[in-house]
Amino acid sequence: MSVSAPTTAFDVATLDRMLADAAFPEWERERRRQAFDLLNGLSLPDRRDENWMRTDLRAFKPSAWKLGGVAAGSHEIPSGLLEAAIQSAGGGAEAFDESLRETRCSRLAGRIVSIDGVVQTEELDEALRQQGVVFGSPERVLAEHGDLVRDLWFGVIESGCDWFAAAHAAFAQAGCVLIVPAGVKIADPLHLLSAISPGGVDFGHVLVVLGDDAEATVLTETAGGGPAGTAGGFHCGGTEIVVGKRAFLRMVNLQNWNTGVWHVARQKARVDADGNLQWTLGALGSRLSQVAQDVALAGRRAHAQVNGVMFTEGRQQLVYNTLQHHEAPDCRSDLLYKGGLQDRSRLVWRGMIKVDQVAQKTDGYQRNDVLMLSEQARADSIPGLEIEADDVRCTHGATSGRVDAEQIFYAQARGLTADEAARLVVAGFFQQVFDRITIPSVREALAGAIGQRIRRIG
Amino acid sequence: MTSQHPEKLIIQDLHVAVEEREILKGVNLEIGRGEVHALMGPNGSGKSTLGYAIMGHPSYEVTSGSIEIVEADGNRRDILAMEPDERARAGLFLAFQRPMAIPGVRVADFLRHAVSNVRNPERKEGQELVPMKEFRGELKAKMAELQMDTDFARRYVNDGFSGGEMKRAEILQLAMLAPRFAVLDETDSGLDADAVRLASESIARIGGADMGILIITHHEQLLEHNIPLKTHVMLGGRIVESGGPELAAELHKRGYERIRASYPEAAAAEEAMAAEAAATA
Repeated sequence: MSVSAPTTAFDVATLDRMLADAAFPEWERERRRQAFDLLNGLSLPDRRDENWMRTDLRAFKPSAWKLGGVAAGSHEIPSGLLEAAIQSAGGGAEAFDESLRETRCSRLAGRIVSIDGVVQTEELDEALRQQGVVFGSPERVLAEHGDLVRDLWFGVIESGCDWFAAAHAAFAQAGCVLIVPAGVKIADPLHLLSAISPGGVDFGHVLVVLGDDAEATVLTETAGGGPAGTAGGFHCGGTEIVVGKRAFLRMVNLQNWNTGVWHVARQKARVDADGNLQWTLGALGSRLSQVAQDVALAGRRAHAQVNGVMFTEGRQQLVYNTLQHHEAPDCRSDLLYKGGLQDRSRLVWRGMIKVDQVAQKTDGYQRNDVLMLSEQARADSIPGLEIEADDVRCTHGATSGRVDAEQIFYAQARGLTADEAARLVVAGFFQQVFDRITIPSVREALAGAIGQRIRRIG
Repeated sequence: MTSQHPEKLIIQDLHVAVEEREILKGVNLEIGRGEVHALMGPNGSGKSTLGYAIMGHPSYEVTSGSIEIVEADGNRRDILAMEPDERARAGLFLAFQRPMAIPGVRVADFLRHAVSNVRNPERKEGQELVPMKEFRGELKAKMAELQMDTDFARRYVNDGFSGGEMKRAEILQLAMLAPRFAVLDETDSGLDADAVRLASESIARIGGADMGILIITHHEQLLEHNIPLKTHVMLGGRIVESGGPELAAELHKRGYERIRASYPEAAAAEEAMAAEAAATA
């Protein structure tokens, strides 16, 4: 693939160049032009918008960014935390319980690596390819298997709800598309690493489609960009997930950008009858994050477990808007977000369980726990319920705690240093959500990364 | 190698303040390794404060006096200069009256860290822990001795424990860490009669001839299998009287009236401390 010269901003010339470079089907070209028209009619969201009222975009300038990618190879690709954990799997922490020993995967069924929106690597097990599994960059999959994805590509998330959504819809680049045919079960994880160079831009789009009775594990992660105080970088992403009847998807998205990166993402999953989604968001990086994570329980007895693990420090500001939308009867959704905050960072979670009139016997739960490691950090938990059915069970909870000096002393009295004790207390805080992440290497990667970030608690 | 000097924990003229209120007003105490001492006294007399001061709780400020360990080679180690974790690694232990819960951290994992540090005082964070296999075997054996279910090791440290479970967990930690000097702060409270008997036997077995133990208690039963070499009575922030096991029996039966009458100055200090505590509460 040829690489375009960087151009400024989100203008029609950039769009034309993008469309000229890629072998998109005509419907995709048309979709992008429509999204671009939408974008032209929108300005940046402001604080009058409820979803954005806690997000400080004053320093964000769309004109500061260049789309179109760097020259391939001019930057070293930062390594992915999850990928490294998978490759080093086999060691890991020993459990006291011999019975709890888990089977560990130490290989990937497929992997895609991109930097600044330019795909560097695309791999998939040949055996899976022969079973009809499609896994590749959107540019390639849309060119080669366009008809397979036409109804689903930008068919799950909205394109016009705000400036970022429209910009992403028009200029999406790299990311991945996974299609698992009905009945195909993939044991090893598929992995996407979206990296940027310092000051770089990523508009990656992820589409995961599991056919009926299919099974897969997908790990996506981000890395790179510049630290706080530099140009950092800009990610404007989208994720669409479709879980077929009786299918089972384990999805992990780790946001691990450097601390100068702006991260805006719109993510939505649709789970069909008896389908099962276990979706974990991990967030450690970025300067500012604004993430919409929606789950639609679209078929009877669908189940979604949503896990969030966030750790913020410095002046990081992470905002999550979650929606558990029960559109069908007898569905279960269970959300647990846990956040640890250090320094002057800020974490916002605003969660909604929405139950349609038809969705009787809904079992919905949402919970947000935060642990404050400094006096200056700030967390907001805003749960919400919107229920139109009359026979449902929907509950929510939120807690906010501090690391207790008495806990630290107790552990010190047993020979642990104050730092060890603090890390242990914080690890304990996250344990409940780690217990729900059934992929040991993911759990260890997150726990290890959080442990490294914890400084002496003052 | 035979030791020339018996190892001792020596506390001299210890004054301790909490938020600028003096609680201990000159405590002297000497405990040899292998000795059991009982510390009794009315509530608020400063018994727990002594335990915290020995372990180095940051809220308990030692304003004067010393705490030292006399080593087998005769050298004296200044305990007050150490962080709490260094004290634990030097062989000190405090069984808490109210142990802290650490949700999400399993008893087994907590103890494996503790054991690794205490047995290898030079260990730095991130270095190897004691091997799991060896640790697991040892922990299971100790739990069996204490008639504890193995499930206990999988539970989160003191999280949702009953009063009795907490105290048993403290004894388990005592057994695993095998300190040289231990302060047991009301390790019998919250236990029923059978559990106190078991605790008393266990402590005697764990302690043996190697541990110097200071037992803080209001009752006699814990002392049943741990006959104190000396019983000390604390009143108004001082040890006012020391005696043999018969003193513990007397206090248990008759209370502290005779003590208060015999030591009017300490009794006055007790009253003043109670008034001060009530005023700041």
